[in-house]
Amino acid sequence: MTDISHIRNFSIIAHIDHGKSTIADRLIQSCGGLSDREMKQQVLDSMDIERERGITIKAQTVRLDYRAKDGKTYVLNLMDTPGHVDFGYEVSRSLSACEGSLLVVDASQGVEAQTLANVYQAIEADHEIVSVLNKIDLPAAEPERVKAQIEEVIGLDASDAIAASAKTGQGINDILEALVKKLPAPTGDSEAPLQALLVDSWYDAYLGVMTLVRVRHGVLKKGMKIRMMATGATHVIERVGVFAPKPVAIDSLGPGEIGFINAGVKRVADAKVGDTITEERRQCEKALPGFAPSVPVVFCGLFPVDTNDFSTLRDALEKLSLNDASFSFEAETSAALGFGFRCGFLGLLHMEVIRERLSREFDLDLISTAPSVVYQMEMTDGKRFDLHNPADMPDVTRLASIEEPWIKATIMTPDDFLGSVLTLCTERRGEQLDLTYAGNRAMVVYRLPLNEVVFDFYDRLKSITRGYASFDYALDSYRPGDLVKVSILVNGDPVDALSMIVHRDQAEGKGRAICLRLKDLVPRQMFKVALQAAIGGKVIARETIAALRKDVTAKCYGGDITRKKKLLEKQKEGKKKMRQFGKVDIPQNAFFEALKMGDN
Amino acid sequence: MPVSDTNPDLALYIHWPFCRQKCPYCDFNSHVRTTHDSAEFGTALCLEMSYMAKMLADRRALTSIFFGGGTPSLMPPAVIGKIIAHAEKIFGFAPTIEITAEANPTSVEAKIMTEFYHAGVNRVSMGVQSLDNDILKFLGREHDVAEALSALDTVRHSFDNLSIDLIYATAGQTLNDWQNTLSQALAFDLPHLSLYQLTIEPGTVFYTRQRNGETLNLDDDHAADLFELTQHITAAAGLPAYEISNHGKPTAQCQHNMNYWRAGDWIGIGPGAHGRFTIAADEYKNLQRVGTATRRSPAGWLQSVQKTGHGIDNRTHDGADAFAAEMIMMGLRLTTGVSIQQIETICGPRGEWLDDAAVTQAIEDGWLDRNQSNDSGMVTDLRATDAGRLRLNHIIAMILR
Repeated sequence: MTDISHIRNFSIIAHIDHGKSTIADRLIQSCGGLSDREMKQQVLDSMDIERERGITIKAQTVRLDYRAKDGKTYVLNLMDTPGHVDFGYEVSRSLSACEGSLLVVDASQGVEAQTLANVYQAIEADHEIVSVLNKIDLPAAEPERVKAQIEEVIGLDASDAIAASAKTGQGINDILEALVKKLPAPTGDSEAPLQALLVDSWYDAYLGVMTLVRVRHGVLKKGMKIRMMATGATHVIERVGVFAPKPVAIDSLGPGEIGFINAGVKRVADAKVGDTITEERRQCEKALPGFAPSVPVVFCGLFPVDTNDFSTLRDALEKLSLNDASFSFEAETSAALGFGFRCGFLGLLHMEVIRERLSREFDLDLISTAPSVVYQMEMTDGKRFDLHNPADMPDVTRLASIEEPWIKATIMTPDDFLGSVLTLCTERRGEQLDLTYAGNRAMVVYRLPLNEVVFDFYDRLKSITRGYASFDYALDSYRPGDLVKVSILVNGDPVDALSMIVHRDQAEGKGRAICLRLKDLVPRQMFKVALQAAIGGKVIARETIAALRKDVTAKCYGGDITRKKKLLEKQKEGKKKMRQFGKVDIPQNAFFEALKMGDN
Repeated sequence: MPVSDTNPDLALYIHWPFCRQKCPYCDFNSHVRTTHDSAEFGTALCLEMSYMAKMLADRRALTSIFFGGGTPSLMPPAVIGKIIAHAEKIFGFAPTIEITAEANPTSVEAKIMTEFYHAGVNRVSMGVQSLDNDILKFLGREHDVAEALSALDTVRHSFDNLSIDLIYATAGQTLNDWQNTLSQALAFDLPHLSLYQLTIEPGTVFYTRQRNGETLNLDDDHAADLFELTQHITAAAGLPAYEISNHGKPTAQCQHNMNYWRAGDWIGIGPGAHGRFTIAADEYKNLQRVGTATRRSPAGWLQSVQKTGHGIDNRTHDGADAFAAEMIMMGLRLTTGVSIQQIETICGPRGEWLDDAAVTQAIEDGWLDRNQSNDSGMVTDLRATDAGRLRLNHIIAMILR
């Protein structure tokens, strides 16, 4: 148990690529947490995907022992937080376990939308904030301009911002000193009944279910019988430890400390994030305020290319959900795609990460349908339900109303691109809430239907601003909308996996765009194929794919057989990548690509 | 794979890899060289022929020989003579043997054909390619129409069994353009025509040009129109298609090529030549059809033959399914089609290699036909319809397992 006055708990807030993980690596190295030999780049991002993409998905924690200039040794607990909007819920958890934050801003890029959202969260959580201007060694660094931006946009005093470079090591000691001096020590009573916040839980292949905790009051000890206050379950603590950054067992965790416990919990779902842990024998009076549970907001269908892989896919989803309680899945049957799962995600990146892990870690070939959002339906008989799949939309005559989710989006862009950004937001049914300038950057706040954002908004935003804009959003509210289901018919039969819900004003345009895209995506068949978009029984757009006229090798003699056979194998492989719908072969990627709107 | 009761025909292919220049559409193994010793290559070809003959399950009389290339009309007649004589010595000749040489339609090569005739060649296939000077230029050919016609005239003095090649469906070619060329060609009253739609093959000059955005051949829809026109005109003129790109009087079909399409045995010698034949039964118990491919580089091939007696650098063994696939893939190119029963006796039950439901569907859709008798009396219980032949790659991929 550490003297509480010598503890400092902090998280790091930064935009992707602003160097959060490399700063963390330097701090760890500087405190001797790992030898140079053990230092992999970006120690904290332990998943392959995290390291490749340079993003942090799971919050990680590291305990550092720092000998400060005042001669005392401090325990610094670092909680690395994800930088992406999808994983915002992880951010709020990390913040609630700390007293301060390190705000890392790229000295050449300046403040981005994501940083903004997270730093406001930190301010709300009463955090003391230490500003760091990273990449100060770059020729393009403009520390004074970025300082001014921090003051103008965020409203923080940036006069004592630390100039640092994770690359050269400049300023790393200043950061450590500032953490000790500026951040308050946590408060808590070691004599009081145990009250600890369950910050995170995950499954470790060797250690079983790991539970990350922050102790408020009392002491957590090995052998103690604990109670999870929300679930009421009791467990005996088998191991108490900290990450340094490797897991190290210790005897106990006192007030203000962050560490992990193993307590014979069987499933990650039984260690509920946000729950309060207390001692069974001497319970605390009140549970700590938990977190709002993370709810999936984006849904898509995932189907195995090879129908025999259905059970492999189910096992894979179950395994992944052990570690990520934030995504949901349930079995789904599609006339076009067969047996698969309707999966719910926190956002688009989350969806991409899960899809990539399925293919990489489980070697699964998947077809995914275009993502959709959750609609709240009210029927004429007064029944209400959430619609996760456009294909399940009930008959309009039985519908009283549909409500769709809206978000509040914050976009930061160089002012050169402001016009295109505003056009994009307007096209997507946006309502402008705010528009401010800070230097040559503009910050716009829009209310947008999530439905308009969920698919390709971010790609479009990136492309019209040449990658310079940043974007963040938070769910705002559900609002009624004049929404219709557009079905896509192939040779007269509706393809369930291609149906979508859109605003009535956009139905015709989108229907036509999808038919046109499908015309490019679906190869010519042996017969004419009619593609139609329809609302109910009314056809609103139509395209025709002409029949294949010619597909024959002109010259084929003895020397051509080997090559011809290879071609035949390739053709058969290609056919496997198709889904038969009636007699029409539809390429797997069409189910996703067809709904991408591109420039319209 | 069980041995069939009667071994199929045996053919011999000889590849002469040298050309005076490389044509921009040609992806055959051809090399522009002037330093090679033709006699030395001739000797090596005979050596390799003997080597392959020893691999065979049995010694059968040859039913055809084909000199391809490259440009075999550049071979010294003495070398041709030596090779033909060697082949007769080690295999023996069937009484009706067909011996073809490919020739460029230039005056020099036309004259040499007379000497080829005396060396034993009895069929010539001339690469006329077009009867339109602009198209000949586009195709990078050395000759013009006048020279080709005069060469054709010369060759006709020695050969009755004569064919010309034409390339069509080049960019911008209209139905009318092609109809004119084709009518002219038919007016020569030749027993055989090979009519190829221009295909852009990887590794050619045309391929690079196409990738750089040039349009060199007709799109599939227009090409299909020209193909259909070709079928009508040639049939009316008594030279109906007997294969996708080959037309002939019933008595003048190219025996050598028929052997490929019927998946018979053939030996392939020379740089980059392919062979497929039944090997001695004791060497491989179950897989008796072997595929050979020789080294493509003329110098490398020559060195290899001189050292080891052969230039084979790749050898494959086809199982029953692969052999069945070859028979279907090649056989459906013929208007007569294939005999499924015959393939079954060689390759085992059709369920292993043929998707019967897909065949039924293709018949229903009008791409395939069943139970067609033909003039030769051969049982061919599956053939592609005219419409089906034009889309054959697709149909084959559909029906093969």
